[in-house]
Amino acid sequence: MANMAQAIRMALHYGEEKLGITDIFGEDVGPPLGGVFTVTQGLGKSWNSPLDERGIIGAAMGLALAGDRCVAEVQFCDYIYNTIDMLKLAGMQSWSSNGDWNLPMTVMTPVGSGIRGSIYHSHSFDATMTHIPGWKIVMPSTPLDAYGLMIACLKDPNPTMFLKPKALLRMRGLEPIPGEPPLTPEGEKQLREMIDAPLGNRAEWKARWPEGLTDYTVELGKGKVVREGSQLTLVSYGRTLPVCAQAADLLREEGVSAEVIDLRTLWPYDWKLISESIRKTGRVVFVNEDTEVTNFGEHLIRRTIDEHFYELQARPRLLAGAFTPGIGLADPLEMASVPQLNHILDLSREVVREAA
Amino acid sequence: MKAELRERLGAQSQSGRAAAVHLAFRLRPEQLIRIHDLAVKARVLEERLIRMYKQSDGYFWIGGPGEEAFNIPLGLQIKKGQGKDYDILHLHYRSAAIMTVLGMEPVEALRQMKNVAADPFSGGRNFANHFSRREWNVVPISSTIETQYLTAIGSAIAQRRHGGEGITIVNGGDAGTAEGDFASCLVWASRPGAELPLLIIVTNNSWGISTPFATQHGEKNISDRGKAFGMRTATINGNDVEESWFALEEAMRYVRRERKPFLLEARVSRLYGHSSASGANFTPNEQDPIVEFEKKLETAGILTRERMDQLRETYNQEMLELSRKVKEEPLPSPSTIYDHIYQGQKGRYW
Repeated sequence: MANMAQAIRMALHYGEEKLGITDIFGEDVGPPLGGVFTVTQGLGKSWNSPLDERGIIGAAMGLALAGDRCVAEVQFCDYIYNTIDMLKLAGMQSWSSNGDWNLPMTVMTPVGSGIRGSIYHSHSFDATMTHIPGWKIVMPSTPLDAYGLMIACLKDPNPTMFLKPKALLRMRGLEPIPGEPPLTPEGEKQLREMIDAPLGNRAEWKARWPEGLTDYTVELGKGKVVREGSQLTLVSYGRTLPVCAQAADLLREEGVSAEVIDLRTLWPYDWKLISESIRKTGRVVFVNEDTEVTNFGEHLIRRTIDEHFYELQARPRLLAGAFTPGIGLADPLEMASVPQLNHILDLSREVVREAA
Repeated sequence: MKAELRERLGAQSQSGRAAAVHLAFRLRPEQLIRIHDLAVKARVLEERLIRMYKQSDGYFWIGGPGEEAFNIPLGLQIKKGQGKDYDILHLHYRSAAIMTVLGMEPVEALRQMKNVAADPFSGGRNFANHFSRREWNVVPISSTIETQYLTAIGSAIAQRRHGGEGITIVNGGDAGTAEGDFASCLVWASRPGAELPLLIIVTNNSWGISTPFATQHGEKNISDRGKAFGMRTATINGNDVEESWFALEEAMRYVRRERKPFLLEARVSRLYGHSSASGANFTPNEQDPIVEFEKKLETAGILTRERMDQLRETYNQEMLELSRKVKEEPLPSPSTIYDHIYQGQKGRYW
């Protein structure tokens, strides 16, 4: 019963053992800390870098250009903004060289709210990242998907951005990751003892990795229907996805049938899945927690209108974060800044009630 | 250069003036003739690119005329090839002379200037002198100032691990060293116990577009910044062929063998201004390194004025003819705009 942090860690371990990953690096990524969210504890290829986000992205690019294969971490996405032109450069290496070069590299960074991270530890990055062509961008909502998406990223010959929803990193999965101990309290304890670094002195500690880890891969560009429904489509990813699923369960008790799609890959995204669902329900809400102006969901609404205008039963809607410079620390401020369960329920009811 | 001409020039160098040659130069006559040939070829290429721009056969020019005395010796000492056993090059847009040494055909640079479909570096997508060639480890050159000093970190890490004699070489101008990326490069290159086999080059032409270096920088030498990191450094006259050659030889030997960084600053000229944005006109008050080199070659009896003029004219004619040919070549098809956003991908994918 791995949590998402453990799932990513196991995928990275599989990558360094089986997929030729040469470097896993960033600020505090190596021992003793193993990442501020413990995602890189115990990994053989992990190392600490200078506190230099531009250097981290540049180093990742250079490693990829040299033919090595790395995973670089920026500790919080709030600090990735000063690397924007490096991300742009990475995304254009293949295109600008007319296909001569490619950049097999993965960048991962924690995103979003949910840990009361205040102004500079709560940003989202999906709206900005989806503006940068040449990358493949993923954001999981379950540990199993986190594992499978990371494996897919590590195999891809292009730059991949793995957005880690920090609010879900401690969430345990209900679906087994092939190779992990049984999904029981005992299995959970066993996994913890095997791969979580102990508190205190870690100098002698080494992870004992599950032996049966596999090549389980979630194909990039493929979403997933997590609740089937007929009256409304909710499209989400990351932290807000399980909240949408919970909303769908509550709406069902009210007699409203909502379909929930976990996009999983933000770019290139699974338009076929979204499109088929909209055709079926005629009503759609896109939910994410990045700020609402020039939000990725706005692009999806534009495409919905372009391609499904005459099939819609109600206005397509976006539920996203407030367009504020940051997220205030006080609980009421954070709760009002990014979508919560009540917001999703209220908007879903409104869309379902809207006259065709 | 025509093989026949090269042969004749080589023969002349063996014609009894060896004593004078040895007094004037440390390099062998055939090396000097080769360097001169490449320098003239690179210069004529740049001047042809400028003419193409001025004749509306290109939208923009930026390049490196004035840096030949440094860049030709650099190119000749590069370990050329693909992969970590060879030098990995993170160049900037004043590197046509280096590419000329590596074997770039002039027509390739002309095609990029004209943005034709056959532009081998970017398929008509990028500015002139923005090269890319995987089989020579030339990573895509970007217009962004100084980001190459960041990507160089990564390939140097890979080469440190790999071992052998391949090193990473990065070059850029003086103005860009004000960017934090230059400081990043110094920090990452000198991490204790993880020093990188990285030759960090700054070609200092004393200008940042229209702004004199001296009005913005207090440091006497840019290379002095490396000393704070325990790095070997040097500042040299990059307008002198032999000073450049031997400084590069020493720096490269150190980086290849010791697997540690070296910061080399070469003072060079900028003979046609920053770019076409400032007119791309010849700047007579800057020292022309080829003129200086030719004076010495003539004095030493290695080449005559007539031979050197003949060489330049030969290249002028060759490149004029090539540019006429390139003007007739087709532009890229609009249908290709989405190609290669991802590896191997053709057309719109979403």
